Amino acid sequence: MKAFLTVIGRDRVGIIADVSNKLAKNNVNILDITQTILHDYFTMVMFISLENSDMDIASLQAEFADFDKNIEIRIQSEEIFNSMHRL
Amino acid sequence: MINFNEVNETIQMIDNQHLDVRTVTMGISLYDCADSSAEKACTRIYDKICKRAEHLVSKCENIEKSYGIPIVNKRISVTPIAHIASASRVNDATCFAVALEKAAQEVGVNFLGGFSALVHKGITPGDAALIRSIPEALATTEHICSSVNIGSTKAGINMDAVKEMGLIVRQCAEKTADRESIGCAKLVVFCNAVEDNPFMAGAFLGCGEGDCVINVGVSGPGVVKCALEKMPDASLGELAEEIKKTAFKITRMGQLVATQAAKVLDAQFGIVDLSLAPTPTMGDSVAHILEEMGLSTCGGPGTTAALAMLNDAVKKGGVMASSYVGGLSGAFIPVSEDIGMINAAEAGILTLEKLEAMTCVCSVGLDMIAVPGSTSAETISGIIADEAAIGMVNSKTTAVRIIPVIGKNVGDRVCFGGLLGEAPIMPVNSASCEKFISRAGRIPAPLQSLKN
Repeated sequence: MKAFLTVIGRDRVGIIADVSNKLAKNNVNILDITQTILHDYFTMVMFISLENSDMDIASLQAEFADFDKNIEIRIQSEEIFNSMHRL
Repeated sequence: MINFNEVNETIQMIDNQHLDVRTVTMGISLYDCADSSAEKACTRIYDKICKRAEHLVSKCENIEKSYGIPIVNKRISVTPIAHIASASRVNDATCFAVALEKAAQEVGVNFLGGFSALVHKGITPGDAALIRSIPEALATTEHICSSVNIGSTKAGINMDAVKEMGLIVRQCAEKTADRESIGCAKLVVFCNAVEDNPFMAGAFLGCGEGDCVINVGVSGPGVVKCALEKMPDASLGELAEEIKKTAFKITRMGQLVATQAAKVLDAQFGIVDLSLAPTPTMGDSVAHILEEMGLSTCGGPGTTAALAMLNDAVKKGGVMASSYVGGLSGAFIPVSEDIGMINAAEAGILTLEKLEAMTCVCSVGLDMIAVPGSTSAETISGIIADEAAIGMVNSKTTAVRIIPVIGKNVGDRVCFGGLLGEAPIMPVNSASCEKFISRAGRIPAPLQSLKN
């Protein structure tokens, strides 16, 4: 299963490292990354694959529950974006 | 590959523009539960609903987590109970409502619709028993919704039923007078009722439907309004195009959720209802879309035209996005559930008569309208007959969900809470229609040609 992980929040050192580490620990593969600073907010979209992970989207989301109170992380199946933005 | 902006657009729609799936409604046929013993029938109904809908809520919650999209309501619609209760020859069908309530609570759904009768041409003893039981059933249950179809384009309008429903609406108000007459908020009187409606209070599963069906209602007035905000100087044609594109995206999301829900619940995928359903939350209003189109206040001149265009564009955009479209499909205008409508009604600009005109061009009808508690049964019947006539002649669904709030008058407010919202008491034209209603009988079906 593939999903988009989005990270929006206050910029600090090591956000990408922390997110990537957590994904690696759970055997989640990163397929693509886009990152920018938008209106002073750190904004990142990662395209990830859970194919070799024991996690599903809900349990992976739960892993990020206590990540950082200034940063919002969400994981959504790629299907919702494909259905809304592609014919 | 999906790009950054597309991901961001979807997240903005969900976070800031109240995009959601308004309801996943599981339709459950109860025809195989009928029995000459009402007690046995009620046990079968309870068992069947609990079995079929056991995982409805939990599976929908999994879908919410997986897609990151809220599914606001999980509901059930059932076969019109009058059809089932007929076999038991009961004089009072309240026991069926109690069994349904027990099942609704057991499976944890928000509402269960189908305490219904279809009497557009005639009333059977089973229909009469059910209709008589509506006030008691809605007063003693919390999650049960009721509807009665009193007319259709092919049958005309059953004015005996219209007369009766005026009385029933009043009885519902009186029986729940201590709770702002909320019983009436759970009762809809239809003309041309549809069999696959996922929305409450009018949902039931029609006799042509399968055993277990998933119908989904999408929403997104906020998304449409935000799209139009970016086009302050565009022509109406350009606005229509933008609405179509937005409706397409919203509906594709609904289609995805509907197919997924049907799959995991081992049910048939029924339809996606292409709707703009408002909530009382700021930023989730159909009235505000009309105002964004250029009206100073919803209800003023131009409102019907703006709504007609909005409704049509939503359907045109949505219809290609879903493999099966149905239900009520159109913009809803429930007064108490739409902050823009509430404000317009309070300002005296949105009146009952203007709402009636608006119902000619959108789904569904006079919806969630609070009127003085002194409004007579005949006047309510007259309002129902007018609205049914619009539906009958124009071959569309129309409905009346009107609440004569006992003890309240024009100038007062009523608060139902939650999605049902709050509303000012709106004035009603008090000229008598008593003679007309008391004639009873049937209004014959209208001509389908010579359309002028």
